[in-house]
Amino acid sequence: MSLNLLASEFQVVRDDTRCIACQVCVRQCANDVHAYDAESDVVYSDETRCVGCHRCATLCPTRALTIRLALHEFRPNANWTPAALYNLYKQSQTGGVLLSGMGCDQPYPVYFDHLLLNASQVTNPSIDPLREPMELRTVIGRRPGRVEVTQGPEGLRLETRLGPHLVLETPILFSAMSYGSISYNACLSLARAAKECGILYNTGEGGLHPTLYEYGPWTIAQVASGRFGVHPEYLRTAAALEIKIGQGAKPGIGGHLPGEKVTADVSRTRMIPEGTDALSPAPHHDIYSIEDLRQLIYALKEATNYEKPVGVKVAAVHHIAPIASGIARAGADYIAIDGLRGGTGAAPTVIRNHVGIPIELAIAAVDQRLREEGIRHQVSLIAGGSIRSSADVVKAIALGADAVYIATAALVAMGCHLCQKCYTGKCNWGIATQDPYLTKRLNPNIGVRRLANLIRAWSLEIKEMLGGMGLNAIESLRGNRDHLRGVGLNEVELNALGIQAAGAA
Amino acid sequence: MKRIYVNEEYCIGCRLCEVYCLTQHSRSKKIIKAFKEETPRALARLVVEEEGPLSFAMPCRHCEDAPCVAACITGAMHRDERGAVLCDEERCVGCWTCIMVCPFGAVQRSIAGRKAASKCDLCYGEHTPVCVMHCPNEALVYEERT
Amino acid sequence: MRYVIIGNSAAAVGAIEAIRQHDTEHPITVVADEPYHVYSRPLISYLLGGMVDEARMAYRPRDFYTRYRVETMLGVEVTQVNSQTQSLMLAGGGVLTYDRLLIATGGRPFVPPVPGVDLEGVFPFTRLDDARQIARYIERHHVRSAVVVGGGLIGLKTAEALMARAVRVTIVELADRILSMTFDRTASRLAESLLRRAGADVRTGLTVKEIVERQGRVEHVVLQDGERVECDLVVFAIGVRPNVGLVSNAGIPVQRGIIVDRQMWTGVPGIYAAGDCVEGYDLLLGENRPIAIWPNAYRQGYVAGCNMAGAERVYEGGFPMNSVEVCGVPTISVGITDPPEGDGYEVLERYDREALSYRRLVLRDHCLVGMICVGNVDRAGIYTGLIRARVNVAPFKDYLLAGHFGLISLPREYRKHLVVGEGIEV
Ligand SMILES: Cc1cc2nc3c(=O)[nH]c(=O)nc-3n(C[C@H](O)[C@H](O)[C@H](O)COP(=O)(O)OP(=O)(O)OC[C@H]3O[C@@H](n4cnc5c(N)ncnc54)[C@H](O)[C@@H]3O)c2cc1C
Ligand code: SF4
Repeated sequence: MSLNLLASEFQVVRDDTRCIACQVCVRQCANDVHAYDAESDVVYSDETRCVGCHRCATLCPTRALTIRLALHEFRPNANWTPAALYNLYKQSQTGGVLLSGMGCDQPYPVYFDHLLLNASQVTNPSIDPLREPMELRTVIGRRPGRVEVTQGPEGLRLETRLGPHLVLETPILFSAMSYGSISYNACLSLARAAKECGILYNTGEGGLHPTLYEYGPWTIAQVASGRFGVHPEYLRTAAALEIKIGQGAKPGIGGHLPGEKVTADVSRTRMIPEGTDALSPAPHHDIYSIEDLRQLIYALKEATNYEKPVGVKVAAVHHIAPIASGIARAGADYIAIDGLRGGTGAAPTVIRNHVGIPIELAIAAVDQRLREEGIRHQVSLIAGGSIRSSADVVKAIALGADAVYIATAALVAMGCHLCQKCYTGKCNWGIATQDPYLTKRLNPNIGVRRLANLIRAWSLEIKEMLGGMGLNAIESLRGNRDHLRGVGLNEVELNALGIQAAGAA
Repeated sequence: MKRIYVNEEYCIGCRLCEVYCLTQHSRSKKIIKAFKEETPRALARLVVEEEGPLSFAMPCRHCEDAPCVAACITGAMHRDERGAVLCDEERCVGCWTCIMVCPFGAVQRSIAGRKAASKCDLCYGEHTPVCVMHCPNEALVYEERT
Repeated sequence: MRYVIIGNSAAAVGAIEAIRQHDTEHPITVVADEPYHVYSRPLISYLLGGMVDEARMAYRPRDFYTRYRVETMLGVEVTQVNSQTQSLMLAGGGVLTYDRLLIATGGRPFVPPVPGVDLEGVFPFTRLDDARQIARYIERHHVRSAVVVGGGLIGLKTAEALMARAVRVTIVELADRILSMTFDRTASRLAESLLRRAGADVRTGLTVKEIVERQGRVEHVVLQDGERVECDLVVFAIGVRPNVGLVSNAGIPVQRGIIVDRQMWTGVPGIYAAGDCVEGYDLLLGENRPIAIWPNAYRQGYVAGCNMAGAERVYEGGFPMNSVEVCGVPTISVGITDPPEGDGYEVLERYDREALSYRRLVLRDHCLVGMICVGNVDRAGIYTGLIRARVNVAPFKDYLLAGHFGLISLPREYRKHLVVGEGIEV
C-alpha cells in the first residue's frame, strides 16, 4: 500500500493525570480510535480514524478527553485551502465520489442571520403570552377561495366542502428521515414525540415499520422515486402523503442507502431484498412534467378517498417560484421546500455543497409568486433546510411559510454531533446506524423527552416573539414581511427577500 | 421497595455503572483518586455482561426471598429496615456460601483486603444508587414496581 | 396460642423470622440445651482456628430475641415430647406446653464404637462447647499433634483450624479419598494436595481401630492396618445423624430422620420439624432424605414457621451444597457431583492447572444436576440456579464452561426473567 497523504482531521487530547483507563472511550468508539493496552494499563488513541463526534469526550467520566482540530498548517493559500487539498488527496486515493452526511457546511450567507424581527413600542401594545391566549395552531392544506353559507333553522351552515387538513399544535414538523438512514429507535422517538406534541413526523422514503402504524395520525408517508415500502396499507395509515421530488442536500440526484444498512428489518419495511443497496432513481420515472405530477397526486388522493392531504417536496433551486406554482396547480395540498442546507444521510459532497439555493430566498420567492397568482390560499408552504432555532422558525414564517420542517435540529436534540459521517453507518450516537450495538445508544424514552422539550421550548419562544410584535396568532405572521428587516444585505438580496433594510422606515 | 431494574435493550455496555460503583465504594469516593491512588482498588459491586451487541449490568436484585440471606452461615448477609439485602463485611468470613446460592451471580469475592462478600448496597445513604444516576442511557432505573 | 421451638440454631431462627412475619402477637418460646445466644455452628472451626472471636459467633444480633419477642429457655434439655398432652418434658422436671411445636434439634455427632473413645483428649466437633474444650485442651496439654477422623468437609475444617494453632494433623479417612461425598476424584486429589502442601498428613482407605492412652489421656491411635500414629488429640468428624432421640415415643414418624411433608409437618397435629433432624425433600432425587447443611435448615425452618403461623408455604426442596475454602482455595460443590459412570449422566469438565481452576458440571436429561468449582468460584450460583430451575441447558451447553459464562449465555426468557424480574415486562 502506498503512502496515505491524509493527515488526521482531529486531535485526541488525553489528560493522563485524569485518565483512569476505565476504557469507556474504547467501548464507545465505533471507529476504533481508542485502544487499551492491558500490559501497561493505558488507553491510547489513533486519531487518524477520529471523526470528531465527541462520543468519547462526552461519556468520559473524568473528562480526560478533549477533541480538537488537528492544526496541521499548510503554507497559507486562500485558494488552495486545506479542505480542498484533503479532498484531492482523498479522491486521488479512492477514485470515488466523495460522500458526506448532513447538510451543506460551506460559508454561504445564512440569510436568517441577516434578518431581524420587529417588536411593539408605545404605538401598539405588545402581548404577554403568559397572560393572554396565543395561538400557534397551524392548519396545513388547501383553503377554499371563498366559502358558501346558508341560513338554516339552527343558524348558519357551511356549504363549502373543506379539503383535508392537517392540524399542528405548533408550526413545526419533523422532516423526512427514512428508517434505514436512521435507526428504528430514532424513528420511534420522532413518532412518539410528534404524537406528544400534536405535530407530525415524516417517514421519508423508507416505508413504515409495522410497529409504528399506531402513530399513523401523526405520520406523513412519503412516496419517493424508489417507491420503497409503498403499499395500500401504508397510504391508508398515514395522516398525509408526500411525493418526494427532491431534497435540499442533493437536488437532482437520487438516493443511495448502502446494503450494509439494509438489515432484515429495514428490508421488510422497504420491501427490498436484505443487504442490497437501496437506490432511488434521480427522477420519478413516471413524472416528466407537471401533468405527470398531477396524475400521481390524484392517484394518491384517489387511493385514499380524498381524505388525506397530498403534498410535494422539492429542493430549492433556480426557478423555484414557477415550479411551486406548477405544483400548486397540479393539486398539491402543500409544498415542502428544502433549502440548500437541508440535511441528508448521504450525499455526494460536491452536490451537497454546490447545488441549490438558500431556503430563505426560496420561501420569499414562492410566497410572492403564489400571492401574485392569487393561489397562495390553495396550498400550504412548509420550509425546511437548516431551521436551527425558534427565531429561524419565526423568520421563515414571516417570509411566507406556513410551517417549518426540522430534521437536523431534531437529530441534534437526540444527540447528533454533526460529525457528518451518517453515510458510514457507524453513528456513535445510535442515530444514523442500523448496527444493533450502536442503535441501543438511543433510548427512545430519552429521545422522545428531548424532542418534546425542544418543541415545547421553541413554541414558548415563538409565543414570546409573537407577543413582542403585538401578534396573538402565528397565522397573522405568515408572509408578514413588514416584521422583518435586513442587515448587511445588498439591494438585490433585500428585493429577493421582499424586505426593507434595517433602519428604513 | 425501590429496586434497580435493567433494561437490557438500552444498555450500551459503556460500563460507567461499574466505574461509578467502584468510586462510590472507594475510601475517598473521588473517582480519579479511587482509580489511581487507592490500593487495593475498591470493587465495583455489579458486573456488566456483554456478548456482541447484547449487554446488561447485573446488580443484586435484593430478592424478597433472598437465597443468600437464608444461606449465609454467619448472619452477615441480612436484610435492613428498607428491605435491602446487605452484607455486614465485619461479620462475613468469606465462606462464599452466598456466591453458591445467588442465581444472578451478583455477589462477588472481595479478597484484596479482608476477605468478604461484596455486593450492591443500593448506595446506602444516597438518594439514588450511583449506577442508576450515571447510566447515560437510562438502562438502569431505580423504581418501585409491583 | 403458644409457639414452642426446640433448638436454637438455623432452623429455629428461620422459623422465628417466618412466624413474626405473619404473627406478631402470640408468644414464641425457644428451648435449647446449649446455653448460648444463637450462634453460627459452622463458625466453630473458625473459632477454634482463631479466625473469629467469640463476639463474632453470634448468628443474629444480641437483641434478636427481644426484637422478635421470643422467650428463651437456654441450657434446658427437652427429654420427651408428649403429643397427647401437647407438652414437653424438660430435664430437671419441668413441663412446657405448646400449641404449635417445631422440632429443630439438629444433628448428633456420630462417634463409632472404637476402643478408647471415652478417653480424655477425644472430642466430637459439632458444638461451641466442643471448640472451646478442644482449645482449652490444646493449651493445657501443649498439644502438638492430632488425628482427625473423617475426611469430609467438617474434618478438613477441623484439620485446618488445628493447623492454624500449630498442631500437626493426620487426617484418617475410610474411603479411598477425602471429600468422597461431595467431590469427584479430581477435586479430591486437588484438595488432598493442598492439604499436604499445608503440612497435613492424609491417610485414606483407613480407619482408627483403637485409641490408646497414657495416664488416661490419648497417646496414639492404631490404624486398621496396624500403623501407629502418635497424637495428643483425636477429633471425630465423621458426620452427624439426625438428632431424634426425644421424639422416639411421641408418635412422630421417624426413619433416619423425622419424616415430614412438603410443609414440614410431621403429620402429628401441631408438630413440625426442620433442619438436620429431618428427612427433607431432595429436589434432585425426588425423595426425602436428611441433608445436613445450614441453608436447607434455615429454609426448612422458615417454611415450617410460615405454616405454623397459618401462612401456607411449600418447601421447594433442597440438595446438597457446600462452599468451603480448603487451605485458602475456595471450593463449591452442589448436587450430584460424581455420578456413576454412564447411567444417563453426562459430565463436562475444564481444568486449568496453571490458574488452579477446576470446574465440573454434571448433566442428566439435558439439565444440570450437579457441579464442582475449585479455585474460581465466581458466579457459581448461576449454575445452582440452573439446577434448581431445571433449565434445559442443551442449547447453550458449549457456553457453560466458557471463560465468560454468565447470565448472558442463558436463554433469553430465563435470563430476562432474572434480569428484569419476575412478571415484569420490558
Ligand atoms: C463444624 C461444622 C461446620 C459446618 N459447616 C457448615 C458449612 O460450612 N455450611 C453448611 O451449610 N453447613 C455446615 N455445617 C452444618 C450446619 O451447621 C447444620 O446443617 C446446621 O447447623 C443445622 O441447623 P439446625 O437448626 O437443623 O440444627 P443445629 O444447628 O444442629 O442445632 C440444633 C439445636 O437443637 C438444640 N437441641 C438439640 N437437642 C436438644 C434437646 N434434646 N433439647 C433441647 N435442645 C436441643 C441444640 O442446642 C441446638 O440449638 C457445619 C456443621 C458443623 C458441625
Ligand atoms: S461469604 Fe460472608 S456473606 Fe456470604 S455466606 Fe459467607 S459469611 Fe455470609
